[in-house]
Amino acid sequence: MKPVFPFSAIVGQEEMKLAILIAAVDAGIGGVLVFGDRGTGKSTAVRALASLLPPMKVVSGCRYHCDPAGNGARCSECQERGKLKELTTNLAPVPVVDMPLGVTEDRVVGALDLERALAQGVKAFEPGLLARAHRGFLYIDEVNLLEDHLVDLLLDVAASGENVVEREGLSVRHPARFVLVGTGNPEEGELRPQLLDRFGLSVEVATPTDIEARIEVVRRRDEFEHDADAFMHKWHKQDAKLRRRIVAARARLASVAVPNKAREHAAKLCMGLGTDGLRGELTLIRAARAVASLDNDAEVGLPHLRKVATSALRHRLRRDPLDEAGSTIRVDRAVAGMFGA
Amino acid sequence: MRAVRMDDLAFTDAAIAACILAVDGCAIGGLSVRSRSGPGRDEFVALVRRLMPPDTSIRRLPLNIADDRLLGGLDLTATLQARRPVMQRGLLAEVSGGLLIAPMAERLPRSLAARLTGVLDTGEVTVERDGFGATADAQIAVLALDEGIDDEERPPQALLDRLAIHIDFAGMNWQSFEQPFSTEQIEAARRTMTSVHASEEIARALCGVAAELGVMPMRASIMAIKVARIHAALAGRLDVKEADVIVAARLVLVPRATKLPADEPEETDEPEPQRAEESQGNVSEPETDDAEPQDSGPLADMVLEAIAAAIPAGLLDKLKTTMTIRAQAANSGRAGAQRNAALRGRPVGARRGEIKTGVRMHLVETLRAAAPWQPLRHRQAGVDKKRVELRREDYRIIRFKHRSETATIFVVDASGSSAMHRLAEAKGAIELLLADCYIRRDQVAMISFRGKVAELILPPTRSLARAKRTLAALPGGGGTPLASAIDAGLSLADGLRRKGIFPTLVFLTDGRANVGRETSANRARAQDDAYLAARLCRASRLSTLVVDTSPQPGPAAERLATEIGGRYLPLPYADAHAISGAIRRVTPGSQ
Repeated sequence: MKPVFPFSAIVGQEEMKLAILIAAVDAGIGGVLVFGDRGTGKSTAVRALASLLPPMKVVSGCRYHCDPAGNGARCSECQERGKLKELTTNLAPVPVVDMPLGVTEDRVVGALDLERALAQGVKAFEPGLLARAHRGFLYIDEVNLLEDHLVDLLLDVAASGENVVEREGLSVRHPARFVLVGTGNPEEGELRPQLLDRFGLSVEVATPTDIEARIEVVRRRDEFEHDADAFMHKWHKQDAKLRRRIVAARARLASVAVPNKAREHAAKLCMGLGTDGLRGELTLIRAARAVASLDNDAEVGLPHLRKVATSALRHRLRRDPLDEAGSTIRVDRAVAGMFGA
Repeated sequence: MRAVRMDDLAFTDAAIAACILAVDGCAIGGLSVRSRSGPGRDEFVALVRRLMPPDTSIRRLPLNIADDRLLGGLDLTATLQARRPVMQRGLLAEVSGGLLIAPMAERLPRSLAARLTGVLDTGEVTVERDGFGATADAQIAVLALDEGIDDEERPPQALLDRLAIHIDFAGMNWQSFEQPFSTEQIEAARRTMTSVHASEEIARALCGVAAELGVMPMRASIMAIKVARIHAALAGRLDVKEADVIVAARLVLVPRATKLPADEPEETDEPEPQRAEESQGNVSEPETDDAEPQDSGPLADMVLEAIAAAIPAGLLDKLKTTMTIRAQAANSGRAGAQRNAALRGRPVGARRGEIKTGVRMHLVETLRAAAPWQPLRHRQAGVDKKRVELRREDYRIIRFKHRSETATIFVVDASGSSAMHRLAEAKGAIELLLADCYIRRDQVAMISFRGKVAELILPPTRSLARAKRTLAALPGGGGTPLASAIDAGLSLADGLRRKGIFPTLVFLTDGRANVGRETSANRARAQDDAYLAARLCRASRLSTLVVDTSPQPGPAAERLATEIGGRYLPLPYADAHAISGAIRRVTPGSQ
């Protein structure tokens, strides 16, 4: 195993780190899109996530690592076996699946197991990346360079939580709930607007301009590459602390109250900005709740809404394709106007 | 003499770079060498090869490499022999621990560059293809041979970002290389480099120098420190010293410089600082000249002084003129590139089809299609059960996606005569067209002409925000060098066509030239020059549109449209939508 740069050692980029933490607390947030300059730690943050997350309980031997607790969301195999006898469980790391460029569709959705079909004449399903990412994260670097038909497919599965395979005489469906994390550089081309608003949160990252922050980035990176073990040891505690925070926030999430006042504010904000549909409002509330939970607060308040408003709404403004640069500012202005600067 | 010293320094630096690459190429990503192909460059590549450890695998990367060979995939022959899928390793995995030479890097497709950068970032190659999923080690260094001439002809920025050292031999007199470090020193450095210590002061100094030179990407500073470390190891030191920092700054930071040190910040086309301010608010004061020296320490100043000689004398001029196109660009070598542009494409899945010439069978999908029927067919035919029974209906062929990428080049007349009348309206029309291009995911480029020259103010881009900014900042006034404008548009269109992109030229002008090719202000001569350029443009059979921006649509622009072989459209008053419709009709593949 190659050592992975620890999450807590990433300098700055608070908005991106918060968005990823929100997704780690509430997987239903609908994915995170990170767009920005090259070399700002986009990929580093996502890859660091894997070692940050606490292991999860899975049904032993299940190809889709089903959750032993959730009955409805289990795959058909586990449902069958569950009827016969008690399922055994074990702990497994949360999958963070890296989707490589040049991937073919059969590997994403799964396909007929060719070897078994040819050798034994058995029609068997070979799960793909979507199955592997179930209950975890699916990471696409350079999402704007991925073939369009693959992006469509991914977003569809991410939204429905189920992968339906109808090909080569196979008819298989299995649960595939994952958080889609896409990163990209706007200079390489933009994402289709239809895809943009299907991501829950959208984050913009920029190269730090503060010289002290820049020195810190270089220093830590150098230290890490020079002696990874010592560096990992140094940051181990911070990562563990963050892990405990995520676990606690997950446990608390359901009990965090959303007062009517917060809903009203969210609705007003979305109306003021003229966002399309209800998705923005729902995501805003959901993200704010995850933040409240992370901050150990009992109910969602204005500070929480404020923290996530930009990430939750900037990509949902009614699109004037030419006003791209201004959407962040528009949200900020609306937030300031509503909650007082 | 400065010129001679510059050359000397460049060649010494190149030799040092080759040594650093030989110590640990994987750590620094690799080198980018900008030079025309020739014996001089061959000598440099030979030096690099000689310095690498003897058993290193060194491979060339063909531009047209398919994913199954690059990343790995199905081994056709072995699969057919073994009658079960057999995987083969890709080039990236095969070259692991070694050096990948990428000739003609300026023509590297973005998708191929993205695969390379992924591997450079992770040191691994992950394959999910043809029914296989595997991860293999791929610790590679890339030697990108950039043969670009124009400033637009560069390897993809994402790749350049990851190659620590950039060397530019363009326009230099070739000299032979002297090996600055012995083979023993290089071998020793391989062992000692991990124990070289770099103090915080070093990081501070390199960041300071980077800020002074306007090098924004963080990767550059991170790689500079690695280069400094390796250089220290080569010199037999266990501590990074000033000399190492100077070499690192010269090799890594200077080639990326966007401004001169201790100078008023030059205007660059990099949007980073601006955007950072917007999103970070008041977190930090962006670099100011007086704040830096005390921040980055005296070492940074010392380094800056030392590298001053390495900063090309013309850097500032170059920064200013990078965007200016030479009006008379060479216009040759088109046919070859054009021919394959129409036939090639990216494989996107498979479909049922006949096996005939000109198509490629998708073996895995064909076998997959046949697999479920095997027991039935065996029973029916009563044949040998070991044989895979293929029928015609099983055949699957690879579907290629025809690359019908299009680009719209706006050639905007910003001369006095136009500016007076309808430049604002023309801008409005372009904005509408930009919105159209955005929906079609077109690239857009913009050339403006006024005074004496035509200028490429926006190189082809998909970034609409950038296009809009450029357009808003477009000034007006001056003469109308129409001939230069047509030449510039044609040469840009030509370059795009060589990359397999269909360009459409849109001229927004009143068609009244008054500055000729020799920048004389003889009106009749200028008009003749313009028509001559227009006929040249017609010969290249581009789709063109001339939008007449004169107050009363007149014969000048109409004649221009005829000469150029394009559609003529008077800019309608208060109805920019009509133009948007017109451009859609002339753009191929937009339906």
